Amino acid sequence: MAQPHFKNPIVRWIDYRLPVFSFMHHELHEYPTPKNLNYWWNFGSLAGIVLVVMIVTGIVLAMHYTAHVDYAFDSVERIMRDVNYGWLIRYIHVNGASMFFILVFIHIFRGLYYGSYKAPREILWILGVVILLLMMATSFMGYVLPWGQMSFWGATVITNLFSAVPLIGDDIVLWLWGGFSVDNPTLNRFYSLHYLLPFVIVGVVVLHILALHRFGSNNPIGIDAKGPQDSIPFHPYYTVKDYFGLGVFLLIFAGFVFFDPNFFGEPDNYIEANPLVTPAHIVPEWYFLPFYAILRAVPDIWFIDAKLAGVIAMFGSIILLFFVPWLDRSPVRSARFRPIYKQFFWVLLLDCIVLGWVGKNSPDAVFHGIPFLWIGRVATAYYFLHFLVILPLIGIFERPKPLPMSISEPVLKGGGQVSTGAHAKPMEKA
Amino acid sequence: MAQHSGAGTTTAGHASGGHGPADHGPDNGDVSRRDFLYLATAAVGAIGVASIVWPFVDQMNPAADTLALSTTEIDLAQVEVGQSITVTWRGKPVFVRRRTEQEIAEARDVPIEDLPDPQPDEARVQEAEWLIVVGVCTHLGCIPLGQKPGDPRGDYGGWLCPCHGSHYDTSGRIRKGPAPENLPVPEYAFDGTLVRIG
Repeated sequence: MAQPHFKNPIVRWIDYRLPVFSFMHHELHEYPTPKNLNYWWNFGSLAGIVLVVMIVTGIVLAMHYTAHVDYAFDSVERIMRDVNYGWLIRYIHVNGASMFFILVFIHIFRGLYYGSYKAPREILWILGVVILLLMMATSFMGYVLPWGQMSFWGATVITNLFSAVPLIGDDIVLWLWGGFSVDNPTLNRFYSLHYLLPFVIVGVVVLHILALHRFGSNNPIGIDAKGPQDSIPFHPYYTVKDYFGLGVFLLIFAGFVFFDPNFFGEPDNYIEANPLVTPAHIVPEWYFLPFYAILRAVPDIWFIDAKLAGVIAMFGSIILLFFVPWLDRSPVRSARFRPIYKQFFWVLLLDCIVLGWVGKNSPDAVFHGIPFLWIGRVATAYYFLHFLVILPLIGIFERPKPLPMSISEPVLKGGGQVSTGAHAKPMEKA
Repeated sequence: MAQHSGAGTTTAGHASGGHGPADHGPDNGDVSRRDFLYLATAAVGAIGVASIVWPFVDQMNPAADTLALSTTEIDLAQVEVGQSITVTWRGKPVFVRRRTEQEIAEARDVPIEDLPDPQPDEARVQEAEWLIVVGVCTHLGCIPLGQKPGDPRGDYGGWLCPCHGSHYDTSGRIRKGPAPENLPVPEYAFDGTLVRIG
């Protein structure tokens, strides 16, 4: 890669000693990006921006928050009422968590649709699943901090999941709590970890981007760039596109913050935690609902009781994502050229929404004569069926549509100016 | 970013420095329109950034409940002549001394020109008997001694700061030592035997 020439002598002086400007130039300006990325490719950078927003607002909230069972709830109320703009900063943080999950879920389904997890991007995908797991841990512990009723009982329920582990389950739970119930020691360690984990996420995001920049972005067609005619520099083309997407996203984000800040929240969490009274209907935050539905759906299986089976299924539903690059046998990345997979993709998306809807409802509730328990069981079974059976089978039996010669070809007739015809690789095998 | 702003500057330079013959070309209008859009975008962006940065700066200012604690009311009925009490106001000590006739006289007899921070005693009290000052040394923030009966009061019968040896007189004025100013007088108001500070 040619060394960029900087006009500013100070920049030159610094760059000679500390090549940060060369690095930025290389990773943003020269970084070749497929020229056909659509708006579904905005969500990675948006998620990164929200991560920064969460860290900035979180550090500010930590300046005013007191991690003690006697003061936590009141300190949050003080943030809402007395701290200058505390209401704004807390509502940004609270809604930011929901925004983060929306963006990341879209980002994940983008990857599933366009086959972004396929070789050589398996590690990129795996790091993404690691980020998802870290986000779930972080958001769960963050939700405990205001010490409302849902905080307390959510913490109780989720930590009790570990009691399902055979033999040592109860000891694990005791260790997690640091006592005999969710109490002050639990709150303190959750606060400490809630502060730590976002920085761990930043670390994994750096690796995620490092892995991304090794081979560059996948694209809606899913074939590799054949040469310079298929790519454009990231800056300014995609910085501008990302800026536009950011503007749209911030409008939606601000809409929630200013006009319906408790849209995603549970009113019960504005009641201070009471270890002697459980709210009538405990639900986790919306982004956990599909997993919550899986947890409750699983019955006794052979010698495994329903409690342990549910926990295994819930964690399994995420662990499964690590293996997606190898469960999908098709060499074609993009669902645009996979007529069968494309349909099952939408069924999976619908299935996840159904799981979320089931998780929102009480397990005893009935929908038009069908108990939610059974809807949840069918949806859970389908989720695993998709990844473990359907996905591998489609890879074997599906006949993909013919792939275009290059990224440019479908747009510019004749594949653009293929000046480097001799170097152009042959069409990828379908 | 360096490259980006560099490119922007080049474009701007081309347009604004444009009185040469080349600028009468057909695309001249497009270039200046682009300049306008650059500036307008930057201006809107700057306003947006400033308006979101301000809450994050202002959150560190005293909160509403902290400000609500910024007045203190005390009852002076128990304080005898010659006694001192210390009360807390905004987290800082306030010295309240019921001065003797001699102390008042000492404070008023000193020639104004001899003072490092010239201020007549009359300007520092509302009632001659009651001296109310913030008990924080104006040098580096230590609390001067002289409130308790056994304390050293310095060369001028007021207070002596143990940190760097600043001597204050019976009006709380600096007389000797490194402190630059007199002990400040807070806002206060008498209401019978009560005094409200702040």
